[in-house]
Amino acid sequence: MCPTIVNNVETLCNVKHIVEMGAEQYTKLGTPNNTGTRLISLSGDVKQPGYFEIETGKVTLGELIYDENFGGGVRDGNGLQAIIPGGSSSKVLRAGETFPIGEDEVDLLDVPYDFDTLMKIGTMSGSGAIIVIDDSRNIVECLANLAEFYAHESCGQCTPCREGSLWMNKALHRMTHGGARTEDAEYLLHIAQNIQGRTVCAFGEACSWPVLSFVNKFKHEFEAKSLNTTDKETASTP
Amino acid sequence: MAEETQTEAPAVVETMVVKVDGREVEVPKLTEDWQGNLVPTTVLQACKHAGNEIPHYCYHPKLPVAGNCRMCLVHVGMPGRLGPDGKPPTNEDGSLKIDPMVLPYERQTPKGVIGCATNLVPGMEIYASSPETKQMREAVLESLLINHPLDCPICDQAGECKLQEYSSEHGQSESSFAEYKVHKPKKVNLGPRIILDAERCVLCTRCIRFSRDIADDDALGIVNRGSYNTISTFLDTPFDNNYTLNTVDLCPVGALTSKDFRFQMRVWFLKETRSLCSSCGTGCNTLIGSRENTMYRYEPRENNAVNGPWMCDSGRLNYKWIGREDRLSEVTGASGWATAIIEISAKLEEAQPGSVAIIGGARQTNEELYLLKKLANKLEAITDSAPRSGQGDNLLCCPDKNPNSAGSRLIGIANEDLGSRFAEIAQGIEAGTITSLIVFGDDVTKHGIDETLLDKLDLLVVSDILPNATTSKAHYLLPGCAHTEKRGTFTSVKGQVQKFMKALDGPGNARPEWEFLHELAENTTGQNGFSTIEGLFNQMAEEVEAFKDKELTWASLGNEGVTVEI
Repeated sequence: MCPTIVNNVETLCNVKHIVEMGAEQYTKLGTPNNTGTRLISLSGDVKQPGYFEIETGKVTLGELIYDENFGGGVRDGNGLQAIIPGGSSSKVLRAGETFPIGEDEVDLLDVPYDFDTLMKIGTMSGSGAIIVIDDSRNIVECLANLAEFYAHESCGQCTPCREGSLWMNKALHRMTHGGARTEDAEYLLHIAQNIQGRTVCAFGEACSWPVLSFVNKFKHEFEAKSLNTTDKETASTP
Repeated sequence: MAEETQTEAPAVVETMVVKVDGREVEVPKLTEDWQGNLVPTTVLQACKHAGNEIPHYCYHPKLPVAGNCRMCLVHVGMPGRLGPDGKPPTNEDGSLKIDPMVLPYERQTPKGVIGCATNLVPGMEIYASSPETKQMREAVLESLLINHPLDCPICDQAGECKLQEYSSEHGQSESSFAEYKVHKPKKVNLGPRIILDAERCVLCTRCIRFSRDIADDDALGIVNRGSYNTISTFLDTPFDNNYTLNTVDLCPVGALTSKDFRFQMRVWFLKETRSLCSSCGTGCNTLIGSRENTMYRYEPRENNAVNGPWMCDSGRLNYKWIGREDRLSEVTGASGWATAIIEISAKLEEAQPGSVAIIGGARQTNEELYLLKKLANKLEAITDSAPRSGQGDNLLCCPDKNPNSAGSRLIGIANEDLGSRFAEIAQGIEAGTITSLIVFGDDVTKHGIDETLLDKLDLLVVSDILPNATTSKAHYLLPGCAHTEKRGTFTSVKGQVQKFMKALDGPGNARPEWEFLHELAENTTGQNGFSTIEGLFNQMAEEVEAFKDKELTWASLGNEGVTVEI
């Protein structure tokens, strides 16, 4: 077997610039401590989903979603509900949230897209894949979608992720198929808290962070799911 | 004293001090890994030194570390990172500053480490019994149980199940689990001796690692992803090496069961007796599980000088003969034991020196062979043991299928080449110079002394366990006992003198051979022997050179035996 490296498109893109410009010039791009460029993969409920290359930290989340050069705004004239800022495992941000950055209280849409700032506000820039969720979406169903993905991706090597990822998926499937209970918000948090930090690899965090952040930031929606009668009609027998 | 000058000074073991539950414990810096190499001591091992057993499923001292079950998660405190001065942070009083570990991204939440794969760090504090550690254990156990069938009442492992034990010691009585369980294959025929119940499996991978790294047969693996993980063989290739049943011992739960043992007996009814495997010269240490005079299983008993914690399948399953219906159970040729011994003694007393030959099978104990040797010395008898050879391997199976060939040589029944005197004995019988033959535990018709030769004898005394062509010709047939039915010692091919204990009673009027041999030897030689196995062993140890060199006594053998020069 030969050693094989699989590079991200973003890495190859960075290398091209660094070779062409030289490292010194390259590091003048971006902002201090967050130098160079990032490839943003913008998806979800925006008018112009796609790939965009930005100077790190020179563009805000709001610009990425609403600027004509990037997302061009939320689709169908809908309002913004949430942003998953750095790949589906990064912690979700709720529209209207504000964060203390330096002296200021900064609105979500004014947060510069870089590594340090996103870390500071409790999430991460991660893979640079931004998923935009508009206000027509049911947030519990959005999380159910993610949980299904993570349950399927878990390799099963270690106990907390192997058992926990499918457990969360089953719970969310039940919740979105007419079987939600008011205690399910706490129930999901209990499962997720017992996965993060206890696994062999970072997949433990990857599968538990969406659950922890969605439930914590949209607790009311998760608790209200049990009252939603239209769900009951579509309930499927497991 | 001479021995003292020969004794080497004990090697200095480097130690370090760590805190376990607030108590300072001195532990060795290095500990043997699964292959016996010295590697840094782990948190789990340090806790063991401190008398605090960290629960674990995937970790096994004789297997490579996997770190996948997470049962040994334990909260610890570590010294901080080295500062610019190259020194770790200190408290105000100058002592090393120890910080309980937290998640780097959520500093209010404690972070555990896996005890099996985390090396000790000087100053480390292990919070082995803290509420934080307890919560981590509860969570792992809850995860392991959500898809478990909870079928203890019909599970063979119940009573010796780590899932049961840890659940009651470290688990919670309730689970919040409100979903449907995952269903997996049950009653899977993994191979000729093993059944898998995949729903009971905790996926510790001990069986996979044992087969790959110990038995050198990369036969098992995991198929499917996530919660659907299932232990499997490769397509339909059966799991069929000669060590598969060790995976049943290794399996901490009831996932892998032995076809031979499953549904036969609840383990808590079994009486455990320390014994040896008698199927070859290796002398694997065993535990016999028996109830009401019936043997249900052999399990390997750990002895690192001999078999480690393993034994082979063929040896493990070679016990059914002990309970066979046709076991010899009555004395023939005389009305009973008392008359048989008196009559045989009288005939031997009259025998001309050199007219008696003695076959002491190398399945007899050292003590029995020693008594036969005493008889032989008195009668100037020629002696030998029959060889038994078969296939060996690189792990435990020895090509010498006698359990006590080495004992027979050391005691002087056989020479280096077992069976080399059979031709001489056959010639002696043919020529009429040998008129009496005593056979213990061998079928001489398979070794050149056929039935017509046996018909020529004036006296044929045979002791055995099962009928054969030699026993059918016996003038006196003395029913003996399997090694599971008496006490005694064997000497392994590597010279380990090891003792075994009595688990069962022999059938009918069968008696341990050493008991009646002792009577026969006493009558014939006029020497007063000992009537206990301890006394007999100690007397033998005074007279057999190799045993004397090591000053063997029954007591000094302990549970693991002593190695003598062979």
